[in-house]
Order: sequence, then structure tokens, then C-alpha cells
Amino acid sequence: MLSLRRKTVNAVMLSLTGICTFLAVGTLLFILGYLFIHGGTSLTVNFFTKLPTPVGELGGGMANALLGSAKLLLLASCIGIPIGFLGGVYLAEFGGSSFSYIVRYATDLLNGVPSIVIGIFAYTLIVLPQGHFSTFSGGLALGVMMIPIAIRSSEDFLRAVPVSMREGAMALGASKAKTIFTVVIPAAKAGLITGIMLNIARVAGETAPLIFTAFGNRFWSPGWEQPTASLPVMIWLYATSPYADWKQQAWSAGFVLLMLVLMINVLARMILSKRGQVAR
Amino acid sequence: MAASSTTSFNARPSGRVSAFWRRLRSGDDIAYVITLTCALTILAIAALLVFELYTNSTLPRHKFGWSFLTTSVWDPVADQFGALPFIYGTVVTSALALLMGIPLGVGAAIFLAELAPAKASNGLTFLIELLAAVPSVIFGLLGIFVLVPMLISAEPVIRAVLGWTPLFSGPFYGVSMLSAGVVLAVMIIPFIISISREVILAVPTEQREGALALGATRWETTWNVVLPFAKKGIMGSIFLALARSLGETMAVTMVIGNDPSIHASLFAPGYSIAAIIANEFAEAPGDLYRGALIELGLVLFGLTIIINGLARILVLSTTKKGAS
Repeated sequence: MLSLRRKTVNAVMLSLTGICTFLAVGTLLFILGYLFIHGGTSLTVNFFTKLPTPVGELGGGMANALLGSAKLLLLASCIGIPIGFLGGVYLAEFGGSSFSYIVRYATDLLNGVPSIVIGIFAYTLIVLPQGHFSTFSGGLALGVMMIPIAIRSSEDFLRAVPVSMREGAMALGASKAKTIFTVVIPAAKAGLITGIMLNIARVAGETAPLIFTAFGNRFWSPGWEQPTASLPVMIWLYATSPYADWKQQAWSAGFVLLMLVLMINVLARMILSKRGQVAR
Repeated sequence: MAASSTTSFNARPSGRVSAFWRRLRSGDDIAYVITLTCALTILAIAALLVFELYTNSTLPRHKFGWSFLTTSVWDPVADQFGALPFIYGTVVTSALALLMGIPLGVGAAIFLAELAPAKASNGLTFLIELLAAVPSVIFGLLGIFVLVPMLISAEPVIRAVLGWTPLFSGPFYGVSMLSAGVVLAVMIIPFIISISREVILAVPTEQREGALALGATRWETTWNVVLPFAKKGIMGSIFLALARSLGETMAVTMVIGNDPSIHASLFAPGYSIAAIIANEFAEAPGDLYRGALIELGLVLFGLTIIINGLARILVLSTTKKGAS
């Protein structure tokens, strides 16, 4: 028979692990709920259409920051996704030597670099020689952050395509390149798209690499050579400001950013689970 | 794609050139060269990153040498730069985060892997992975406006229980190393949970069956059999979480108080490496000042590289063992 002590220890410890789970999930629900109440309710049309107003003048918005974030993400995707994706194709389809081991190692290394250090990198590479902050340098910083994530996810999803499909295509006389681009990549499509979406969602919330590259701007930022406002940096500036109106707007911006990031995440996982013969 | 762009090529030069063109026509070599170039780009970026950090911090490295890491005066006006307060703040807040994050994270991972039914486990893990996707600036926002007021109202309780230690003495203004530690703990818990859960799930079922058949309770099985088996992988997840919390910028910057001095009390404000770079880099005038901040970046880079490396070795060694 089990002693009472052992039974109690069993019950107590197991319920403690349940409480841990409850706390972790509860935190997420709390964050969502709090942002809904504080940010969602104060969201106005002005937020999406107006420029920031000077201190003391109510009714400003963050239209320029929304556009700025979109431009930064577009540029980052144009840099990060092609390089990362094709690098992943190399590792999955052509690699296998000690060279691809080195590439994987460098990828892991870059993936672990804190985002603020990537910001310094983009600063010394672009901002310092040019002498001014710019949208381009911010997009580059985010793009560099996307590359290692894109490589790893595309390599994983391409590897999950069964070898028999490649062999089938090659037996029909297709060249290796034709096999990759017309058989393997289409087969891994759902996973690849999921990877790209999660990647964009991850850098969309990045603040640290933008502070001294894209910097910030209270007005529209035409072209790629001027500093630009972005949603995450605006949240930081407004949340740490002493003005009540700005703090309120930080909540609205936080709500918009979080909804954006979580929606992309949920959508991406839905695509994967629908088409999902490929495991993560 | 690459193949179709060259299939219309019909020239027939002689000898080696012809063989080269024929191979190109199939597109294989083009695809190889293009993808190889992209893979090489990664190596180039990694090398360039180290090079840029190193060369741009030459000035303070020559001026201060190793004393940069061991002195604690940070005075841009007098051109005196010591990194110790920032290293201290970074290490203390991360240690605090681990102290709170490890029991909670591993506990939840045990529940999700061992107890919860598969469907519930997958659903809850999905929610927890969403928590990992929340941008750090959002954690900072909630830190300033929710956590700090909460800690201020909880202060008398903390003081009554733990006030006898020097760790919880002195005045408390809300923004402090304690607040930063709590925010970091919340941020790293999802990482610990999702990796530890996978590692625990990779423990062979026979191990559990054996222990249960010998009459062990569920908890004894988990504690004495499953956890030792998954130990290395869980350690790996903790190292990954540590690397993340060392480099975490925004959330810490917003709640740590930004005070470049060393206090024993967790109630006191502090500063972290990432936070001072975020706050001062954009406005740093002068090459020495900027160089000192870049050298801080180099220190942070080195720290996270070492810890990430350890983490990967640990995680890989367990998941391989579990799979075999």
C-alpha cells in the first residue's frame, strides 16, 4: 500500500505543476485582456489617419509610424527572405559537407545575437558612414535579423519533404534544379509560407535595432534616406513620456501591434495545421 | 525557375566551354551557385558583424584595456567609462528571472508533457507559444503601467517577509532591478516551457512504465526517472532562456530605473548593458563615448554567444539520445 506521505507528496506536487501552467497561460490572457481594455477602447480613427501632434495638443495619431513600420518590414522582407530562403535551399538540397555545418553554425550564432547588437551593426555599417539615420538602415537591421530564422525554417520544411518525391521527379528525367523548384518547394509550400509569416511577425515587434537606425520622425518620411517613425519605437517613446495623452496613445499603439503580431501567428499556424502533413 | 531561363540557349561552342554550357542549361549549376552565394552571405554577415564590433570599439579598448570591465565610473563628460554597473545589472536581473522562471517553467512543462491530455496540452502549448510571440516593448508597456504599481502595493508584504536581508532594503520607487527581473521571468517562461516540454515528451515511454510498474507514484516517476533522463535538455532550455534575458532590451530599459551604480538591494534601480545602449547610443557624441557603447555591445555579444553555444550542445545531446 502507498503510504499517506507519498500519496500527499504526489498530489501536492502534481497540482503545483498545474498551477504553474495556469499562471503561464493566465499571464497571456491577462496581457490580452488588459490591452483590450486600455488600448482597444481608446482606439480612434485619428490614430490611423493623423500625424502625431505637438505636446499638449490632443487628437494626434500615428499614421506615419504605421506606414513607417510597413516600409521597414517590406524592406526587411526583401533582404531577409530571399537570402534566407535560398540559403535554406542550399542547406537542405545541396549541403551535407562540413561547409554546411559551418553555415548552420553561423546561422545559430546570428540567431542568438541580441537585437540591440544587430542595431549597432547596422549603425556602424550604414548610419556612421552616411552621417544620418535612415529608413534603409532600419530595414537592413530587421532584414539581417530575418535571415537566420528564414534559413532554419526553410531548411526544416524542405527536409520534411520525403526523398521519394525527389527520386520520382528525377526518375522522370527532371534535372536537380527542376526537381527542387517544381516538386520539392511546392510540396513544402504551406510550411514555407508559415515560416515567412512567423518571421515577419517576430521582427514586426522589434524595437531595439530601430532606435539608432530608423530613429524616429514626427512627420511623414518620403523615400528611404530619411529617418522614419515606427510603431514599436513610438510605443517606447510615448510610454516613457510624462504626458497622459501620449501614454494613452502608447496603449492604443500597443494594442494595434499586439493584435497584428498575434493575428499573423494564429493565421500562420492555421495554414500549417490545415495543410500540415509536415511537422514542425 | 533557373532552369527555364536558360533552356532557350542553343549555342554550341566546342570543347570544355560546350560542356560547361550544357551543364548550365540544365539549371543545376545555376541553382547551386545562387543558393551557395546566399549561404555564403550568412558567413559574410557573421564575420562582418564581429569585425564591425571589434574595429569600432578600438578606441576605448586601447584607452581602458581590461579595466573597462572592472571599473564602475560611467561619466561621459569626463571621458571615463567603466562597464561594471551594467554587467552587474544584467547579471542580477537575469539571475532573478531564472530564479523565478525555472520552477514555474519546468513545472508547467511537466504538467503539459506528463499530466495534461494530449489535446489540452497542445492547446495550452499553443497559447504559451503565443505568449513567446508578444513583442518585448509590449512587456515593457505592461511593466511600467501594471507591474510597477502592483509591486509598489506589494512592497510592505515583501518587506515584512524578506526585509531582514540586505536584498530587500532601502527605499522602493517601483522601477528597480526587482521589476526588471519579474518582467524578464515572464518573458523567458514560454521558452523554458516549450523546449522542456518537447524534451520531456522525448523520454521513452518504457522508462515511465518501468517505474510505475515498480510501484512508484506519478510524481516519483516524474521526479526520479523522467526528469533525470531529460535533465540535459531542460538545462539547455534554461541556457537559451538565459541568453535571451541577457540580451533583452526594451522591457528592461522601461522598468529597471536606469541608474548606473551598483546596489545590493533589489529594490534599488539599476542599469543593464542593453538598456544603456538603447538609451544613450543615438545621442552619443564623440568617438570614445560611442566606442565604449559599442564595446559594451561586444561584451553582450560574447556573453550570449557562449551561453547559446552551451545551450545548443545540451539540447542536441538529449534529443538525440531520446530519439534513439
